[in-house]
Amino acid sequence: MIKRIFIFLMLTLMAVIFFKLASNYSENTELSKLGHYYVEKGPQELGAPNLVTAVVVTYRGLDTLGEVTVLFISAAGVGLMLRRTRRRDDDEDLEQGDREEETAGVHKPASEIVETATELLLPMVILFGIYVFLNGHLSPGGGFQGGAIIASGTMFLLLALPESHISRLMIAIIESLSGFSYVIVGVLGVIMAGGFLDNRIMDLGTYGSLFSAGAIPLIYVFVGLKVGFELSAVLDRFRKEDTGPL
Amino acid sequence: MSFLADLPISLIVLCSGLGLVLVGLWGMLTQRNMIRMIIGFSLTDTGIHMVMVSIGYITGGTAPIINDAVPMADAVNRVVDPVPSALVLTAIVIGLGVTAVMLSFAVRIYKARKTLMIDECTESKW
Repeated sequence: MIKRIFIFLMLTLMAVIFFKLASNYSENTELSKLGHYYVEKGPQELGAPNLVTAVVVTYRGLDTLGEVTVLFISAAGVGLMLRRTRRRDDDEDLEQGDREEETAGVHKPASEIVETATELLLPMVILFGIYVFLNGHLSPGGGFQGGAIIASGTMFLLLALPESHISRLMIAIIESLSGFSYVIVGVLGVIMAGGFLDNRIMDLGTYGSLFSAGAIPLIYVFVGLKVGFELSAVLDRFRKEDTGPL
Repeated sequence: MSFLADLPISLIVLCSGLGLVLVGLWGMLTQRNMIRMIIGFSLTDTGIHMVMVSIGYITGGTAPIINDAVPMADAVNRVVDPVPSALVLTAIVIGLGVTAVMLSFAVRIYKARKTLMIDECTESKW
């Protein structure tokens, strides 16, 4: 009872704080200084029409590298948590029963509608994911969004064909290579341009064309591949816990 | 509902976001089922994202993409602040990672205890 009162009290106080915050709120009519600088100088400096991309990939590129690292660590954590634990032999019978119980749901085939729709849509979903991260500097979207779309394609695949095999080794190789290339591009920025993850190591190109904005599309391809395969690996881990070496 | 139309759009988003934060906190504090607690966390997370996006809004602003629709010379007066949007992009990804780890914890606890109720895991130590 006392606990309930505390919860109620806490939520009420939070509501009061929020109400005070919201009641004094007035909509901004002009950009903050930092935002003003980015909007004014961003297009000329970096050649990226999408300023959110310019901020994420270049101005605050180090944060994005940290973000990719956090995602990597959480994917590794999920892999660690959901790996198969080796049990003692006397638990064998119990484990056998458990496994039958668990796989009973997995073996149930998806309906024909889902299967056919997946076969039809999967290539398009993957293609759309690639489109989104390739055009990250021109239109809304980017590496993370494109990666999430690719992972949703994987989700499709797992729903329709639960038995389909996803190569852990391939995921690990692509993920490591793209993460490594991302850092290499960042270091090249120190050597050839203004600083870590500076996108001006390549020609800025024509403003608004696909191959422009220096290294931003390159970085987003790496981020997109990394995020897409990482999230696919996480989904695959949740599907079944019997994991081999990779 | 006509009074809603007079409110600034970002205030509506801000209030919805703060409301979601409260709902999520309530869910995390009162629910005993771990999956529901994780759902509460996700709601709080989403609410905070909405608050952050609404703070970056400029009256009458559009997406900060400078192309034919928003000429470069006039851009400063016509686009919303790109910084909160970029922060939210980061926050969404971090929230996703945290949720995935929490769900994997829930799966592990379920496998060990055959229950998702947090009350029955009081003496757990591992």
